[in-house]
Amino acid sequence: MRFINHMRLQFDARPENESFARVAISAFTVHLNPTLDVLSDLRTAVSEAVTNAIVHAYGEKGGQIILEAAIREDALLLLSVRDYGCGIENIDRAMQPFFTTQPEKERSGMGFSVMQSFMDSVQVTSSPGEGTCVQMEKKLLATAPQQ
Amino acid sequence: MLSHVRKKDVLVVRLEGELDQCSAASIRRDLDMLLQDASVRHLVLDMKKMPFMDSSGIGVILGRYRTLSLRGGSVSVMHMSEQVKRIYALSGMGQVIADMDEKED
Repeated sequence: MRFINHMRLQFDARPENESFARVAISAFTVHLNPTLDVLSDLRTAVSEAVTNAIVHAYGEKGGQIILEAAIREDALLLLSVRDYGCGIENIDRAMQPFFTTQPEKERSGMGFSVMQSFMDSVQVTSSPGEGTCVQMEKKLLATAPQQ
Repeated sequence: MLSHVRKKDVLVVRLEGELDQCSAASIRRDLDMLLQDASVRHLVLDMKKMPFMDSSGIGVILGRYRTLSLRGGSVSVMHMSEQVKRIYALSGMGQVIADMDEKED
């Protein structure tokens, strides 16, 4: 199926870029007139994925995050958040609700659960020492947009 | 950003903006400063002007609950947006953090 729009953003893994990423995904999808609930879901999922990259993948040393999104002609949004940080050794364990490696910092361990709840699908690929890619999908509209 | 009103041992804090990992540190610090007053036993977080919260907010709210539960107090929330309500429900926070709007219904 054909893609009608695509974007790729690269930015520093800094906490202030969490809100930038939320605004970016809203701006990229808003022309299709998704509901406010759908926009809110996207903002939430992107916030979680970018936060994971900043906090867990890079930590203090920082690095680069790539936010990529494409809209298919049937109004399906494909979204990915990629980092080149420490990677995840055990993805199944990391995706369990309330699992966190940083409880002392009041991390809830709910990041992946929120992504799964707010998006239609979430897939995580990771290599220790090389980085992580979170790929998500969300139907933006109930019916295909008018071309 | 936050402002607060004190009524006896109840502290009502009005949160503003968005609660993510970036803003969590300053909100946590400001709340902890207010909770240094040991006569505060109950914290009410008014989220009318905070329509967005990601999972970073769960840690902020439950962390303050831990502080106040040691004093025999409580934390509750009010005026949650639909987005915040979903995070609240997903986290299971409702078991210990009351939703004041539910109480009023």
